[in-house]
Amino acid sequence: MPVITHHIPDAMLAAYVSGNLEHSFALVVATHVSLCLDCRAAMEAHQALGGAILETTVPEKLPKSLKSSIIDRLDSPMVAAPGYGRSGIFPAPVMTALKGKPPRWKMLGAGIRQSILSADRSGSARLLYIPPGRAVPEHSHNGLELTLVLQGSFSDNTGHFGTGDLEIADADLSHQPTADPDVPCICLAATDAPLRFKPLIPRLLQPLFQI
Amino acid sequence: MLAVRDQRDRKAFGRLYDHYAPRLKGFVMRSGLPAAQAEEVVQDVMLTIWHKAALFDPHRAQVSAWVYQITRNRTIDMIRKERRPVPEEIEQDNAVAPDDAGQILAVEQETRYLAQALAGLKPGQRDAIEKAYLGELTHQELSTQTGLPLGTIKSRIRLGLKRLRHELKGMR
Repeated sequence: MPVITHHIPDAMLAAYVSGNLEHSFALVVATHVSLCLDCRAAMEAHQALGGAILETTVPEKLPKSLKSSIIDRLDSPMVAAPGYGRSGIFPAPVMTALKGKPPRWKMLGAGIRQSILSADRSGSARLLYIPPGRAVPEHSHNGLELTLVLQGSFSDNTGHFGTGDLEIADADLSHQPTADPDVPCICLAATDAPLRFKPLIPRLLQPLFQI
Repeated sequence: MLAVRDQRDRKAFGRLYDHYAPRLKGFVMRSGLPAAQAEEVVQDVMLTIWHKAALFDPHRAQVSAWVYQITRNRTIDMIRKERRPVPEEIEQDNAVAPDDAGQILAVEQETRYLAQALAGLKPGQRDAIEKAYLGELTHQELSTQTGLPLGTIKSRIRLGLKRLRHELKGMR
């Protein structure tokens, strides 16, 4: 287990547990929890609270036939959507988003690569590959950006982020994450709105790369 | 629940159904699904409880917490027609680590205190918390609106967490 110093804020964990997070953020939270026992424990405490609410919910009448029809079906196997286990540096939620395949890296320029996991109106999630010592072009955010380190580490004006750490950048932060010089830094990044790049070129490429 | 998990006891499953199924229907309807769809969720959740029983770990959670998460996940999948990302399961080996009655009791007790703390809130505060866990608030709203009531039960959560955390760390 990596030593993790940047965790998920409690309100965000509660939002994840109760299903109030956009899909791209939920993917980051599920991945961090897969790496972090502290956040898993905090998440399970929120589930306990949800359970306490469930226990006090006023029961609703069910048709009598439902119980017997469920018990009759106990022996038939459940058809579950395929899930994928951890592979290398990618925890199970990332592998599931990749549908079990290795990432399909696309060049972004300056040696930086990305692999889009999901993109729609509610936001996007992608893997980022930053070569040792390289910097992502300076950008700010229209909304929230979550960045979870899966390999290596990076620094920006807010601090240093190692494997398992989560950076939360809101609309006020303009930053330029720079990978540390030892190994390539691989991150899972999610946004609920397009990024705003300062230099002109990436801005022109933005629609093309869905970032 | 343990009889369902370890002995595949159908009578015990029937008792779980009698307790949870009607509450589940009420719970799912409160989160906005009509009765017919709520019954569909109830059916899926009860079948999941049976098939995934091996994943239930009383050292970390009470049945209600486990059932709550299965239910929320299923409800959201149905509303949004997508699959919610879920964390990796922690592998447990019951042969290597036998049940620790002290830990199970402690989790039960902490959960009871948590429920008491919830019951002790003013109606407005309690309503805000219930709404949040039924999926009616975004996380921004959660952090601003429920800050107060969450604060009053946070110490409870934290106590439970400490135990959970130690136990989880011991499992590695």
